[in-house]
Amino acid sequence: MAIQLLRYITERVRPPRALCVPFPHGYPLDAPKEPERQLRVLEAALRLLEGDATEGPVIVDLEA
Amino acid sequence: MGDIREFRRLYQVFIRTYPWRKLDPVPWAPLTKPLSECRLGLVSTAGFVLPEQERFDESIKGGDWSYREIPADTDAASLVDCHRSDAFDHAGITSDPNLAFPLDRVHELAEQGRIGSVNHRHLSFMGSIPAPGRLIKKSAPEAAALFVEDQVDIALLVPV
Repeated sequence: MAIQLLRYITERVRPPRALCVPFPHGYPLDAPKEPERQLRVLEAALRLLEGDATEGPVIVDLEA
Repeated sequence: MGDIREFRRLYQVFIRTYPWRKLDPVPWAPLTKPLSECRLGLVSTAGFVLPEQERFDESIKGGDWSYREIPADTDAASLVDCHRSDAFDHAGITSDPNLAFPLDRVHELAEQGRIGSVNHRHLSFMGSIPAPGRLIKKSAPEAAALFVEDQVDIALLVPV
């Protein structure tokens, strides 16, 4: 599964499972030295694996 | 959502005109056991290397397609940023490599029981590879084979 910074590219490449995040390039897990915020992103990515989908691409935006 | 407009004009044009390779068909591997029993391996394109490893080669025109193995017990603070791109602010990943190579975070997820275990090694690539032919044909399959050998259940890609 992939964390993705630009939905524009994600929709063209079509990875099997992708979590699109709203952070600037270079900040895929939100913020430096903020473990809870980083874990929040990782948790959202892990939930992609627990969904009901049987085929990809599964492209989900991180909830605000 | 991340915005193309955060980039300088030159990179915006590149992003909009680059022939992105479409996965077709989309490969699909269903999870066959609970996450709490799964082994996770990280794949980061932040261009990190260990201090003793060879740095990614900035002079390769199409981008250095090689990868490095990063042991899971690595101190994240020891990772060296070798990403050649000037399209993004490196300050975040330099001050906290976990931002793009979450070594500590995945250990915490395993300690919490959210995932079963962390693989003994992770993979580091350098994400500026505009000519990805050798990545696609050689280094990525080779790296994937390592995770198959390790019986990794989940590969988490963190891009930079």
